[in-house]
Amino acid sequence: MYRYDEFDRRFVEERVAEFSDQVARRLSGELSEDQFKPLRLMNGVYLQLHAYMLRIAIPYGTLSSRQLRKLAFIARTYDRGYGHFTTRQNMQLNWIALKDVPEILGHLADVEMHCLQTSGNCIRNVTADQFSGAAADEIADPRPYAEILRQWSSIHPEFTYLPRKFKLAVTGAPNDRAAIQVHDIGLELRRGEAGEIGFAVYVGGGQGRTPMVARKVRDFLPEAELLAYCTAILRVYNLYGRRDNKFKARIKILVHETGIEELKRDIEAEYEALRAENETLSVPAEEIARISAYFAPPAFESLPERSAAFETALLRDPDFARFVERNLVRHKQQGYAALTISLKPIGLPPGDASSSQMEAIADIAERWSFDEIRVSHEQNLVLPHVRLDDVPLVFAELQRNGLAESNAGLVTDIIACPGLDYCSLANARSIPIAQRISERFADPARQREIGDLKLKISGCINACGHHHVGHIGILGVERKGEEFYQITLGGTGDETCSIGEIVGKGFSSAEIVDAVETVIDTYLALRTGPDETFLQAFRRLGEAPFVEALYPAKAA
Amino acid sequence: MAIFRNGTVLDHDSWTVVAAGAPVPAEGDIIIALADFIAQRDALLGRVGPVGVAVEAGEELDDIVGDLPRLVLVALRFPKYTDGRSYSKARLLRERHRYGGELRAVGDVLHDQIPLMLRCGFDSLEVTHEPTLRALREGRVRGVTVHYQTSAREGREAAPNPARRWLRAS
Repeated sequence: MYRYDEFDRRFVEERVAEFSDQVARRLSGELSEDQFKPLRLMNGVYLQLHAYMLRIAIPYGTLSSRQLRKLAFIARTYDRGYGHFTTRQNMQLNWIALKDVPEILGHLADVEMHCLQTSGNCIRNVTADQFSGAAADEIADPRPYAEILRQWSSIHPEFTYLPRKFKLAVTGAPNDRAAIQVHDIGLELRRGEAGEIGFAVYVGGGQGRTPMVARKVRDFLPEAELLAYCTAILRVYNLYGRRDNKFKARIKILVHETGIEELKRDIEAEYEALRAENETLSVPAEEIARISAYFAPPAFESLPERSAAFETALLRDPDFARFVERNLVRHKQQGYAALTISLKPIGLPPGDASSSQMEAIADIAERWSFDEIRVSHEQNLVLPHVRLDDVPLVFAELQRNGLAESNAGLVTDIIACPGLDYCSLANARSIPIAQRISERFADPARQREIGDLKLKISGCINACGHHHVGHIGILGVERKGEEFYQITLGGTGDETCSIGEIVGKGFSSAEIVDAVETVIDTYLALRTGPDETFLQAFRRLGEAPFVEALYPAKAA
Repeated sequence: MAIFRNGTVLDHDSWTVVAAGAPVPAEGDIIIALADFIAQRDALLGRVGPVGVAVEAGEELDDIVGDLPRLVLVALRFPKYTDGRSYSKARLLRERHRYGGELRAVGDVLHDQIPLMLRCGFDSLEVTHEPTLRALREGRVRGVTVHYQTSAREGREAAPNPARRWLRAS
C-alpha cells in the first residue's frame, strides 16, 4: 500500500486546518452558504434530506486493516454504527454533524486518509479494479498509476472549478471490472510492441441523465505521458466544456457536441504544447518504480496449485462450495485466491457494513489476507490475497459475522443508490426495492439457476445506482406524487460496454418486483441453455420477447 | 477599488477601466475591453499611456497573443468564483505565451480561491468582497502551502524533494 511521507502528511494536515478555518468562517457568517457549498463538497460534506453526509475517500478502493478499523470507529462514534460503501469505492456516513467534521478529518488523517475531492466540480477520487494486484488476467497493477493521478489531481490549481465533476478509472486487465467506459477518462493498461507499459485512453463516458459510452482517443499512450495527456484533456474541457447548463456540463456533452475527431485534435495539440513547456508532466521511470514499490506483491509463499484443506471443505460443505463458486476469484499467484465479501445479505440495504462487521473484516484481513481489503464499485468488499488452505477458515469467520452471502455476481448482488430514504435529489426509494427483489430471489438454488446477472437500481435520473449499465436496470421516477420504476435492459459496464434501453412505461412500487421476475422468467424460458447468460441472451433476442412479456395487452 | 498586489492591499489603483464602447482618454493607464481593443488596436498601441486589456471568461486569447509584449496589464474575469476558465487562461498566458506583465484577476475574487489564482500566475487581484479584503490585510489567506503540481510560479516555489519531481512548497 502507498504510505505517506512527511510531505503527504503535511498536505493532509494543512487541508484539515484549511477546512476547519472554512467551517469557522461559515459559522461566523463571513462565508455565505453559497460560497461555502463547493468548499464543503470538495471536503466530502453533503447536505442530504435529513442530515449532513460525509463521503470518505478510499483511493482506488484499497484499505489496510488499521484504516478499516478507523472507519468502524468513526461510524460508531460519530454516526449510527454503520457505513455505506459506494459505487466509487468510497464510504459514506449518513448521519453526521457538521461540527464533528474537522475532528473526523483529524482521525482520518491519523491513518493517512481524507475526504478530499469526493464531491464538487473537481477531479474526483480515482477508482480501479478491486482485484488489482491479484487478478490472474492482469497486465499490470493499476494502483501505482491511480496513486500518481490521485496526487496530481489533489487541489490542482487549474482544475478545481471545472464545469462539472470529473471521474477517472483505471483497469489493469482487459476484462474491465472498473467500468472505465462510463467515466470521464477511462484508462486501460496494456503492453506495447516491445512489452512496454502504456494505456488505451477513453474520454467522455458517463451515466446520469445523458448516458454515453466513452470514445477511445489513444490506442497506446506511453506510461510516462499519463499526466501530460490527462492535463491536456482537462485543460480543453476546462476551457470549452459548457457552463451554461449544469445538465450539459460533463465532458461527454463536449465530446458529443464538438465531435470526437475535432476534440481529439484539440487534445493532441494541447498535449504537444504542454510536453514542450513543462517537463515535470513527464513521469520518470524512477518515480513509477518508486510508487510501484508500495504496491509490490506481498510475500507470497510458494504453494502447490491445489490445497487439500480447500478441496476437503469443498466436498464436505455445500455452503462452502457455493461460496467458492460465486465469491472466489482466481489469483495470479498459485495457491492463493481473492474472495468477495458480499455486502448484499438477503433483504438488507446493499453496501452497508456495521462497525463490528468492519472490525471483523479487518481482523480477518490482518490474519489471512496480508492486511489488505478492497472496496469494489459493486459495493462489496474484497480480501485480495488468501491462501487456498485458509479459505475454509476465512469462510467460517465470515459466516460467524453474517458476511458469507454467496451471491457475488448473482441477481441479489444488487447495486442501489441511497435513494429517497436519504438523498435530496432522489425521486423514488431504491433501497426498499432492492430489499424486496433480494427477498423474492432469496432461494440460493434459484439464484444459481439464473446465473450471472447484474441488477442496478437508481432512485432518480442522476443514475448513481448505475442502472444504465445494469443487465437489468431500474430507474425510479415520480409521477403525481407516486413512485414509479422504469426497466432498462441490456446495459453493461464491462469491456463490451453498452447502455441499457428503456423497455416501456414504468411500474408502480407494488408491480416492479413482479416485472423483474417476468423479465427473468422470460430469459430462463428462452435461453439456449444455462451457459447463455442473461446479457448474451438479450443481445441475441433483442428486447421484443421481454417487452411482450412485460406488456401483454400492448403486444396483442 | 482595492487591489492586492505583491502581498499588499492598495486602496488606490492607477488603472482606469474604460467602459465598453466609451471614448478612450488620451492620458493615464487604461484597461479596455477585448472587443474595443481589437477595434482600435493600432491607435491604442500607439498611445502614450499604458494599455491593459480585459478578457471575459468566454473570450479567446488569440487576438492579443501577438501584442502581449506591449500590454502592461491583462485582466481575466471570474464572472462567478465557480467559473474556472480564467485559471487555464492565466497559465496559458504565463507558461505558453511567456507573458511577463501584470496579470489581474477581476470579478468574483474570494478568499478560498486566491491561493489557486496566485499559483496559476495572477499577480494582482481586484477585490470587492469585504471579508476577503480583511483576510488579505491580516495575512490570513494561505491555503495549503504544499503542492502536488508545479505551477506558473516555477522558480518562486521550493522543490522540497527532488526524487518527487513535481512537489512544490510555497
